[in-house]
Amino acid sequence: MIHLVPRSQSSLAWQFATPLLAVLATMLTGGLLFWVMGHDPVAAIRTIFWDPLFGPASSYSRPQLLVKAAPLILIASGLAIGFRAGIWNIGAEGQYIIGGITGAAVALAAYPAEGMWIFPAMVLAGALGGWAWGMVPAMLRNWCGASEILVSLMLVYVAQRVAAWMAFGPMKNPEGMGFPGSRNLQQYPPASNPDLIAGTGAHWGVVAAALAVLAAWFLMSRHIRGFHIRAAGIAPRAARFAGVRPATLVAFCLGVSGALAGMAGLFEVAGPAGQISPGFGSGYGFTAIIVAFLGRLHPLGILLAGLLLALTYIGGELAQLMMQLPAASVQVFQGMLLFFLLGFDLLTRYRIARRVAA
Amino acid sequence: MMIDPVALFLLLLSASTPILFAALGELVVERAGVLNLGVEGMMILGALAGFAAAYHSGNPFLGFAAAALAGALVALPFAALTQFLLANQVASGLALTLFGLGLAAMFGKPLEGVKAPGMAPGPFRINWIVWLGLAMVPLIWWFLNRSRSGLILRAVGENHDAAHALGYKVRAIRLGAIAFGGAMAGIGGAYISIATVLQWTEGMTAGAGWIALAIVVFSSWSAPGVLAGAWLFGGVTVLQLRLQAAGVRVPVQFLSMAPYLATILVLVLISARQKYSRRAGSAAPGSLGQNFHALR
Repeated sequence: MIHLVPRSQSSLAWQFATPLLAVLATMLTGGLLFWVMGHDPVAAIRTIFWDPLFGPASSYSRPQLLVKAAPLILIASGLAIGFRAGIWNIGAEGQYIIGGITGAAVALAAYPAEGMWIFPAMVLAGALGGWAWGMVPAMLRNWCGASEILVSLMLVYVAQRVAAWMAFGPMKNPEGMGFPGSRNLQQYPPASNPDLIAGTGAHWGVVAAALAVLAAWFLMSRHIRGFHIRAAGIAPRAARFAGVRPATLVAFCLGVSGALAGMAGLFEVAGPAGQISPGFGSGYGFTAIIVAFLGRLHPLGILLAGLLLALTYIGGELAQLMMQLPAASVQVFQGMLLFFLLGFDLLTRYRIARRVAA
Repeated sequence: MMIDPVALFLLLLSASTPILFAALGELVVERAGVLNLGVEGMMILGALAGFAAAYHSGNPFLGFAAAALAGALVALPFAALTQFLLANQVASGLALTLFGLGLAAMFGKPLEGVKAPGMAPGPFRINWIVWLGLAMVPLIWWFLNRSRSGLILRAVGENHDAAHALGYKVRAIRLGAIAFGGAMAGIGGAYISIATVLQWTEGMTAGAGWIALAIVVFSSWSAPGVLAGAWLFGGVTVLQLRLQAAGVRVPVQFLSMAPYLATILVLVLISARQKYSRRAGSAAPGSLGQNFHALR
């Protein structure tokens, strides 16, 4: 009979090994699933994980990697900070949508003005919008004790409807021939967010994501606030005795993750998406939760995890095109990945031992 | 505008049924000390499995049975993760929701655009499943508060170490509760696809599972409270649909926000009451969200 013995310190080796194991297990199970559905499992896995980088169409898909990874990394960096403290912002999708709307609002208000100030102002407005949307659950938790999990999630559905209203109402393109959706910011140079080096997919969001990773790393391992966050996550009571105020942490974590998600939304609306459409919001906010866990809530891990999940997005599209795999299979893959990751995580915290007869 | 109160009440009953089932299931799960945030995922899979079974067999009741089974089955990975692999319950529940939404979207594609067989109304022109949901309220209340098994389940939820010391099988009891919660969420989801919309569309539960989670908090973990919460939610839903139909000069998007905003509002009010009330402590089960690991 085996049993589990808690480790006094979590195993460093397993911390590196479990994400890899989880990815491997996901590939195997996913392949099995495709086989059951009547597809060639090896070809499917290769199409999703290999072809976007090295396959025949990789010159098209490689830049897409940065386009998809940037919002994931930007959002996940913020989420991971809160997750470390046991503060669960799962409404990043809503903060992303609102950030996109407030950022686009600046551009649409300025149209057709020219000026260097427009894009920085949009970034600021996007961050502020996301911050404000994230502060709602923070304040409701601090003042009333309402669960930030449920409030932040409810606000996703509200944000989706705000986006739809904007696209049909106040932000509708007056020259759009009646179609819903705002002006296309890609056609308004002072407000657009094109590739900084043509053909690489590296727009300003990629720069921001890289900065966010660095800043998160500095915060978590070099700054007293990061220490407080980690302390509050591991031993909340001890942290409180040491003078860490939970309310401050809640406001900080939800505010920061909201602002980062809002910026991600702005970079998307000014870049790849181009406009506020009724269905603005593409699930990055939810996938970022998986990115945060796959990256073990560590900034550098999140960088790698973001790239990997971006790969599954692109590979999923490719597999849909080449093998007629259903579009949602990527979502299944991502959910499965999180399952396996959480399961294998046991090995970092516990040792498996054989029970000794008493 | 003429509003027939009886017709309105029947609509309210129907609109609150999915949430009622899901929230009653989650109530039992949380009373056993487990926080399962996967309700939305289990509901959507129930909606799909139920719809598929009803469509292929032509029998809606078979659909509900399949939905219950699907909900319970998909809850098993969550149960394994939290009960045996000691994974974080919040993260595992989220994983279940994301997985369920993906799985349903994947297998649901071929069913888009087909219509479910209609259901004959039950007594008083009220659907049988609505009756079942209403019957579950006193049943679960009795189980939790008056039966011996319910007492044990609550003991496990209040203090798993003490329950373990008394010789109760904490993990087995929680496993059962999680499967029951999955089955109830599945039935709730299937009510949307089989009895109200009569069609399968991706993401059709539209946050109902999350609202159910909020209603469990609203109920202060009691079955009658869950019914009150579900009816409140059903009332807001019916009202906003009525206002949409009546062509009120408010953008449709604002009206359709109402259920979510109302959920936030009741959550805030009830949390504030629990936070600032004279009686110390909240009504939440003592071990809610904590994992159990017996060292001996």
